[in-house]
Amino acid sequence: MSPRVGVVTFPGSLDDRDAQRAIRLAGAEPVALWHGTTDLSKVDAVVLPGGFSYGDYLRAGAIARFAPIMASIIDAANDGMPVFGICNGFQVLCESHLLPGALTRNDHLHFICRDQKLRIENTTSAFTYGFNTNQEIVIPLKNGEGSYIADERTLDELEATGRIIARYIDGNPNGSRRDIAGITNEAGNVVGLMPHPEHAVEAGFGPSLDGLTFFTSVLSRLVNA
Amino acid sequence: MSIDTTAQASATPDAQQPWSELGLKADEYDRIKVILGRRPTSAELAMYSVMWSEHCSYKSSKVHLRQFGDKAPKTDALLVGMGENAGVVDVGDGYAVTFKVESHNHPSYVEPYQGAATGIGGIVRDILTMGARPVAVMDPLRFGPADAPDTQRVLPGIVAGIGGYGNCLGLPNIGGEVVFDQSYLGNPLVNALCVGVMKHEDILLATASGTGNLVVLFGAKTGGDGIGGVSVLASETFDADGPAKRPSVQVGDPFTEKVLIECCLEIFAEDIIVGIQDLGGAGISCATSELASNGDGGMHVILDSVPLRDATLSPEEILMSESQERMCAILEPANLDRFMEICAKWDVDAVVIGTVNSSGRLTIEWQGEQIVDVPPRTVAHEGPVYNRPFAKPASQDALVANSAASLARPTSADEFVETVLTLVGSPNLADKSWITSQYDRYVLGNTASATPEDAGMVRIDDSTSRGVAISTDCNARFTMLNPYLGAQLALSEAYRNVAATGARPLAVTNCLNFGSPEDPSVMWQFSEAVTGLADACLTLGVPVTGGNVSFYNQTGETAILPTPVVGVLGVIDDVHTHLSHGLPADGLTLIVLGETKAEFDGSEWAHAVHAHLGGQPPQPDLEAERQLAEVLITAATDGMVSAAHDLSDGGLAQAVVEMCLRGNRGATLNLSGDAFTGLWSESVARAVVAVTSEQSAGLLALAQQHGVPAAVMGTSGGTSFVVNSPDVTFSIALDTLREVHTATLPALFDH
Repeated sequence: MSPRVGVVTFPGSLDDRDAQRAIRLAGAEPVALWHGTTDLSKVDAVVLPGGFSYGDYLRAGAIARFAPIMASIIDAANDGMPVFGICNGFQVLCESHLLPGALTRNDHLHFICRDQKLRIENTTSAFTYGFNTNQEIVIPLKNGEGSYIADERTLDELEATGRIIARYIDGNPNGSRRDIAGITNEAGNVVGLMPHPEHAVEAGFGPSLDGLTFFTSVLSRLVNA
Repeated sequence: MSIDTTAQASATPDAQQPWSELGLKADEYDRIKVILGRRPTSAELAMYSVMWSEHCSYKSSKVHLRQFGDKAPKTDALLVGMGENAGVVDVGDGYAVTFKVESHNHPSYVEPYQGAATGIGGIVRDILTMGARPVAVMDPLRFGPADAPDTQRVLPGIVAGIGGYGNCLGLPNIGGEVVFDQSYLGNPLVNALCVGVMKHEDILLATASGTGNLVVLFGAKTGGDGIGGVSVLASETFDADGPAKRPSVQVGDPFTEKVLIECCLEIFAEDIIVGIQDLGGAGISCATSELASNGDGGMHVILDSVPLRDATLSPEEILMSESQERMCAILEPANLDRFMEICAKWDVDAVVIGTVNSSGRLTIEWQGEQIVDVPPRTVAHEGPVYNRPFAKPASQDALVANSAASLARPTSADEFVETVLTLVGSPNLADKSWITSQYDRYVLGNTASATPEDAGMVRIDDSTSRGVAISTDCNARFTMLNPYLGAQLALSEAYRNVAATGARPLAVTNCLNFGSPEDPSVMWQFSEAVTGLADACLTLGVPVTGGNVSFYNQTGETAILPTPVVGVLGVIDDVHTHLSHGLPADGLTLIVLGETKAEFDGSEWAHAVHAHLGGQPPQPDLEAERQLAEVLITAATDGMVSAAHDLSDGGLAQAVVEMCLRGNRGATLNLSGDAFTGLWSESVARAVVAVTSEQSAGLLALAQQHGVPAAVMGTSGGTSFVVNSPDVTFSIALDTLREVHTATLPALFDH
């Protein structure tokens, strides 16, 4: 039986169907999860998709963090379940304190959508396991509040412990500290990424197929676990 | 405050009413009295004034727009024609697609961010109302000169508003236009297009039928925003002692709209409603009168039930508010519980505000008193119709006589290089990614092609990869020189752009942006443009499915260039076969399809280099467009070309430079005739394709079979754009071209 990967829909989630499609193409069974319940439907991993949950009111991710389903996800993540936050999902993970730091307004103050080159620097996390060290990939980036920020000590620690999973190369699109595009927690099971791998999983749609590896990585972990 | 009831209206026939302030003419007011057999109540007067406004009633344009129906080509593709919220076309496999373009020009000038944002919101609700899931948006935009101070004010706000609303709705923005011209200073054009997809059996209509059925208002609460959006309503007319004047620009909340979309789609999926209408211009007045008029003809509404954001609103204001993100549904009482359950799941407010009956009247009560009692058709569909006088402007002959033939042309190699760079970096032809990168083009994961490609394209079915392509176009300088031909040229270009991606053009929508209909010169432009477009649609076999007329686009006496924006929708069996314009490899042969004539009047060259406008536009050739399209569609389906780009603004030079920059490789053009004509003519029915040595013979044979002239003009490769001709030889490094092409908009707006 193929692993079941949940995708949470909050009010205002936008890339939830896209994430489900990516999970299907990677060979797993996508399971729709609703923000208003605490039921994780026995999934093996969870994706928090991109979008504007609750309109991004107050602060991006700040309200979603209090959704009933997040209590279950925080518990499961602390027990080792793989959790992948993409864009708004990354913001939710930071607001939930599953990941350190915060995502703030792009330094140029505009929303930006472009094909972005990244270097994968961590190949041990649950979602980057399938990449080669320092592999360069191109996937879409689209955000208005994508500038990663944390205090210097946290940034040093993320670097020292290899928890920066990907950095922007050929131009920082939003002012992120130390060109950070994504990070993981100490255990490597919770990953946040600002660009959108789910939009680079099919020939003819998106700039590459590089995004698929994020989803196949977690599958190989789950199948081999 | 006393309530102006129907009884009071009968009792006080001579009470003074502000019909003139509300924009009604004396004979229109008299007609309302004849219809009702008494004077209207203040609420009725409010309803008639907004519904009989130019925006809602099309009273100046109706007699001309009939041509789109009278001359409609015979087609099986049209499932729902003009007159509904949006037209619907059959795109095969049981799928139907609905699309429409609308204007939000004036609100965007007053308040750029909210005006543009709610323009997206309104057109998306129109598409949703047909029962479709909205799948993409596009924005044709026109501004004053790029370096004008007011353009600096409106452009960033409009772009941010489109992005801020559209991105948050989760709809990919896949194309549109950005054009700068002096005539739009003081009156920018912000048009918005949306396309939606559904199965044939899921098409919904705005109708209130079934006596006893319920009228449910759901979505956002009603506030004081947008009152007067479609009319000249002044708020103090109704309540001199009330709160301060309401803003007449609506304020949008994309999060509410996103939730409303998902809520509606879940409701549609359960088949529990009879009819639905969105609330846009003229708010509840429009929704209730149109629903009742289209249905069994009777409806009773209890206006006190409407949830309000501002408890001080008068009934007239509630009837006219254009608060965003609201919908009105008709359903059987048995389905109410389920309907409410779905709304509760999405945290959408919903309340029953009335019932359908067989009275033939729309009646509305407020605090237990009857304030409206009207035949709904007279409000919604039987408004005034005008035959406005029209006459060719006295200046037209002089304009046409002033051709571009006498303008100085480049002769030396240096002058040719300078001309290429001037055009490539001119605001109209420069790279637009400063704007389009603020829009999400990837969301939903179905975008096969987006700006800067010739047309936007989205997949509509994962399993078959069937897709639709859309392009919007209008060269308003051409329309100024000859509105009949100019409108045909707008259609030609959009049709060609769709075909250049490999999709088969199917249907047309339009947004007709003009000056004041009270100016006979403007009405002449309008009537000529509509006739030209209707004639061309008939010839090309693509019906007009709907659209929008925007009049009064002028500041003072000077109208904008007549701007009939034409959107063409096409269908492609498998989006993987679509064509794009980047040169994918070195050593490809470049072939120009179509005939190039010395046509420079109204061209981008005349505009950007000489600031000249005069003469006659290029001669449309619809049969040649049709044959060119056949070649491009077959070539795409059968893999006979490696890249394709339509030829239009800026001619062959601009097209090949764009192909080079997109593919990141150079090209050499070997021109046999006059180099200037070869590079910058804007003759119609042309495209440039790139073919491998294996593809070449087949493509040339295909072109010959369709009678399309085909000339080998060059090859791809290298790091420069090189032109060889009997007159002149020159070369420009790609790096230079890229720098000039991409620097213009950031230099103007990035601060």
